[in-house]
Amino acid sequence: MNPMNYVILAAILFSIGSAAVLLRRNAIVAFMGVELMLNAANLALVAFSKIYGHLDGQIMAFFVMVVAAAEVVVGLAIIITVFRARQTISLDEPAELKG
Amino acid sequence: MQSLIWLAIAIPLASAAILLLAGRRADAWGHWVGVIASSAAFLIGAGALMEMISEGGAHPGTTLTLWEFIPGSELSVDVGLLVDPLSITFVMLITFVGTLIHIYSVAYMEHDPARRRFFAYLNLFIAAMLLLVLADSYLLLFFGWEGVGLASYLLIGFWNQKNEYATAANKAFVVNRIGDIGLIIAMGMMFAAFGALDFTTVFAEAPEASTATLTAIGLALLLAACGKSAQFPLQSWLGDAMAGPTPVSALIHAATMVTAGVYLIVRSAPIFNGAPNAQLVVAVVGAITLLLGAFIGMAKDDIKKALAASTMSQIGYMMLAAGLGPIGYAFAIFHLVTHGFFKAGMFLGAGSVMHAMNDQVNMRRFGALRGVMVITWVTFGLGWLAILGIPPFSGYWSKDKIIEAAFVGDGWQPWVLGGAALVGAGLTAFYMSRLFFMTFHGKARWTDDAHPHESSLLMTIPMMILAVGSAFLGLFLATGDRFAHFLEPVTGHAEHHDPVIAIPVIIGLTLALVLVGTVIAWMKYGRADVPEEAPAGSLVTIAARNDFFQDSVNRAVFQRPGQHLTRTLVYGDAAIVDGAVNKQARGWARLGESSRKLQTGQVRSYALTMLVGVVLIALVIVLGGM
Repeated sequence: MNPMNYVILAAILFSIGSAAVLLRRNAIVAFMGVELMLNAANLALVAFSKIYGHLDGQIMAFFVMVVAAAEVVVGLAIIITVFRARQTISLDEPAELKG
Repeated sequence: MQSLIWLAIAIPLASAAILLLAGRRADAWGHWVGVIASSAAFLIGAGALMEMISEGGAHPGTTLTLWEFIPGSELSVDVGLLVDPLSITFVMLITFVGTLIHIYSVAYMEHDPARRRFFAYLNLFIAAMLLLVLADSYLLLFFGWEGVGLASYLLIGFWNQKNEYATAANKAFVVNRIGDIGLIIAMGMMFAAFGALDFTTVFAEAPEASTATLTAIGLALLLAACGKSAQFPLQSWLGDAMAGPTPVSALIHAATMVTAGVYLIVRSAPIFNGAPNAQLVVAVVGAITLLLGAFIGMAKDDIKKALAASTMSQIGYMMLAAGLGPIGYAFAIFHLVTHGFFKAGMFLGAGSVMHAMNDQVNMRRFGALRGVMVITWVTFGLGWLAILGIPPFSGYWSKDKIIEAAFVGDGWQPWVLGGAALVGAGLTAFYMSRLFFMTFHGKARWTDDAHPHESSLLMTIPMMILAVGSAFLGLFLATGDRFAHFLEPVTGHAEHHDPVIAIPVIIGLTLALVLVGTVIAWMKYGRADVPEEAPAGSLVTIAARNDFFQDSVNRAVFQRPGQHLTRTLVYGDAAIVDGAVNKQARGWARLGESSRKLQTGQVRSYALTMLVGVVLIALVIVLGGM
């Protein structure tokens, strides 16, 4: 099978993820979008690794997984804290940094 | 002893530091420390003088280099002291009169809670004045110059709880700064012309410099001298300086500091010798001041202000002599020394009178004091005879020589300068006799609470010593031209010139004018009753009473335009400099204000911005790679 298909799949997944982040108000869903984008990037890295016969991309994918795991921990903790403070997890609610 | 002369500066300086730092602990004995420090300086000076005389002949002077002050390739200045006949003369005058006045002040300031501080300032003054006269370069001289200005300021304002006294101190300080600018400019021009500031180099190279350069330097030095010596047009501060305690007036504003200007001119003789025009200006300034001071002295009823006007006038004589060139230098210094004695003696006498009369200074409330204050009367009387120039008292030997020298020359100069000096002698006789008769003779016009009495021995002994000096010092120094020969290595040898009028005629005229002045004063103020309130007087009297409106003139000519100038500059600064900066700042603030709106606080809009940015960067990379 043409490895280029994986790259295209990665692009589609990335687009879905970014659409979720931009369009959904629910923080959890947006968060899932972020995860989807990270995994899309991983898929692209592995695909390119296969195409060019180079291991660097696969190693990078492992780093991304580690960072994603850490990010989930921090991100969920923030979401819970925000929920406790405001009883909502809508992304449009907190706007204190408005200039 | 000459190599130890630095101690004469160091000891009073150390004493001043001790007295200022020790605080109230030193209140009980501080004044004696001051007296001892001043006496030590006198003994060192006397030792150096003895050594100089025993070496005999014309003493060229020894330079004592202490340390490198400014090492440099273009300008290097060492801290060095120059011990030569001129400087040692000043050292003796300053330390001798200074020590006597220290002793006098112990009694005079007895009831002042700040007596210790007073002695600290006096010692500071002695140290600074010695540095001024002993310095071997203009730069070091400038340090002493500023030091005496500081001491003078501190002592004029010693009773600064009185507002007008503090103002008088500020006035003296400010007017002196104007003179200082002259000295700084002179130093700058010397550095430009000769590349050095030490006397040896400057004087060695001065004869080769152009007349224009020397004239410019000379005029700048004259400005400095006018500030320090209260000469026209910078004379306004001296009268107000009488706000200080009387011993200060005697030491600083009569005997020593105010004569520093004359010292500067005589010391710079090689510069002035090459600049006849500058010399003429010096002589004219001296002549104007001697008449101006005499007129003011005739109108003042305040005994100290009358004496201050007299000081101005006598220094005018010295300036006149210094402006005459080599024939006058030695007489300028001669008169300076005798004046230092008789004027200091008379100021101490005035202090003694004030002490006895509850600090009254108005001479119209004195009179008939000779009966109750015999010692003051006699000592003051000797000073009075000396300043009148009655032979054989001191003033005759010095002032007469100046009048004779003023009559030497060609054209209009001898007639104008000599005439001024001659008329000045008559005026001096009138105003000093007026002062003397109003104070000691006539009927008693005392205020009801005055109970005059003779002062204590601690005060009268210095007065007696100074009176002996007023009487005999002139004769002693004039015998065989002793003093002129002693100064010759510094002032240069003067060819003998004949005045335009024969010398006996000049002497006769002078004495006749002095006699006339004295007799008129006796008729008006000795024999006749003196009104307790000053009569209205003529226009000239009113003008002289107001110091010829010097303050109003200064205000109209310098202060007002100066204020307008500064106000214009302040306005320009606010409108143009600050305006440009502020406008620019306001522009930036407005820019920030509008870009603030970009921060919506919406997380999703940030995410969109980021995505657009990433896409744009990716596009640039992809398209740029193609």
